[in-house]
Amino acid sequence: MIISRHINILDYTLLSLSRRKFKNATIILVFTLVIFITGSILFLTYSFKREALLVLRGSPELIVQRMTAGNHDLIPVNYSEEIAKIPGVAEVEPHYWGYYYDSQTRANYTVIASTASLSDNNHLLRGRLPGAADTGIAAIGSGVAKVRFLGIDDRIIFQSAKGTRKDFSIAGIFKSDSDLLTADLFVISRRDFMDLFSIPRGMATDLIVHVNNEEEAPVIAKKVRELHPDTRPILRSEIERTYDAVFAWRSGLVLTLFAGALVAFIILAWDKATGLSAEERREIGILKAIGWETSDILEMKFWEGLVISLTSFLSGILLAYLHVYFFGATLFSPALKGWSVIYPDFRLAPYINAYQIVTLMALTVIPYIASTIIPSWKSAITDPDEIVRG
Amino acid sequence: MRRAYGFFIFISFCLVALFGLAVWSRQAASDFRPLAHDLREITAALKLTDIAFTNDARYTRNPSQADLFSAFQDYPGSIEHFPSGSVFTPPDFSTLQTSITVIKR
Repeated sequence: MIISRHINILDYTLLSLSRRKFKNATIILVFTLVIFITGSILFLTYSFKREALLVLRGSPELIVQRMTAGNHDLIPVNYSEEIAKIPGVAEVEPHYWGYYYDSQTRANYTVIASTASLSDNNHLLRGRLPGAADTGIAAIGSGVAKVRFLGIDDRIIFQSAKGTRKDFSIAGIFKSDSDLLTADLFVISRRDFMDLFSIPRGMATDLIVHVNNEEEAPVIAKKVRELHPDTRPILRSEIERTYDAVFAWRSGLVLTLFAGALVAFIILAWDKATGLSAEERREIGILKAIGWETSDILEMKFWEGLVISLTSFLSGILLAYLHVYFFGATLFSPALKGWSVIYPDFRLAPYINAYQIVTLMALTVIPYIASTIIPSWKSAITDPDEIVRG
Repeated sequence: MRRAYGFFIFISFCLVALFGLAVWSRQAASDFRPLAHDLREITAALKLTDIAFTNDARYTRNPSQADLFSAFQDYPGSIEHFPSGSVFTPPDFSTLQTSITVIKR
């Protein structure tokens, strides 16, 4: 009996909503859009962060770069002799990497000198990485292969820093599953790297410091700075913090895309909260005149808020999920892609943070229901005769 | 059919779809583990420090290795013309020594 009374009120609410079809459909559409954009941002940034932090756990514990006049400069390899003597340091090795601008495709490649090979169980590389003794051999990311139409054993020509021609045969191509890490990579041997960019002997891009105990890394970094004040040590924890900041709630990415959605929602809620239309007020007056209690009217308005906000929330969150995990966040890609020629065709692992979803629900559904009920309550407690006469 | 039942059916459908996606997410996230293992091996072998999220500028390709500062370029969030620079925040330099000591003579 009690349940059927509530269902009757809900029935009446839906009928009342359908009488103002266009207005309510527009509210649902805008509300769904707000939830869709906000939900997409939350899904995207959280998955990016989780994935980045997961794969970057393999990054070096400590990197030492040399700074000259505020810019990253080549570092003398002999710095490693003194650094290796610091207690807690296991090994120091030079690392070579840089960028190559390919004028044919207007793409930037990240060129890395490989010093280690991958295990046979690694399924993400078709072919192999160049060995230390190899020359003229390269392994490339799938983005590079795509823009230059390259396959295994194909050849690519680069122009060296001296202006001479440098040929590379493709020995390996990273599969697109690893795009988020390797899309623009061009991996060559150390000898080829030094030749291509004319790196002076005894210099490196930076030094990789392996430590025995990662907890000692900040102390070692401090000692490196004392030994060589022109260096900038970068800890793995700093790399992780960078990604934490890039994809955090307060990051530029979230703020840029979220600001518009937030403003739209505030306008919507403000419009609802500032009062009822004359037609809605008259409806409340008539309902009261035919015997509805104030509590019935408040229940009707509760259902109205719930129908609109829950329909919008559930539709928006479902669409956001499909957008991010099935369609690769295509709507956001122009902003994220910038002017990159090579852009990873990422398929993110669907890491969901339930806390964020519940927070989003609490921040949108509850205020909307409240903004529907409060002005109605003001009308519902007024004399029906006064309301109907206006 | 009563309108209220139609509403309940719609909400139930959405909730079932959400539950289904949550189950699928758990499965897909656990399927990602072996892939993450292989990706970590690549990171360690090539000593990578950043993900290839966007590569239109040095500081957005490798945000963790960005220069501390140079005018107009080379720094996420600085005044520059690459669109992706506006969605990247500067790296965390909180561990670097930032205090300036002024000695009065």
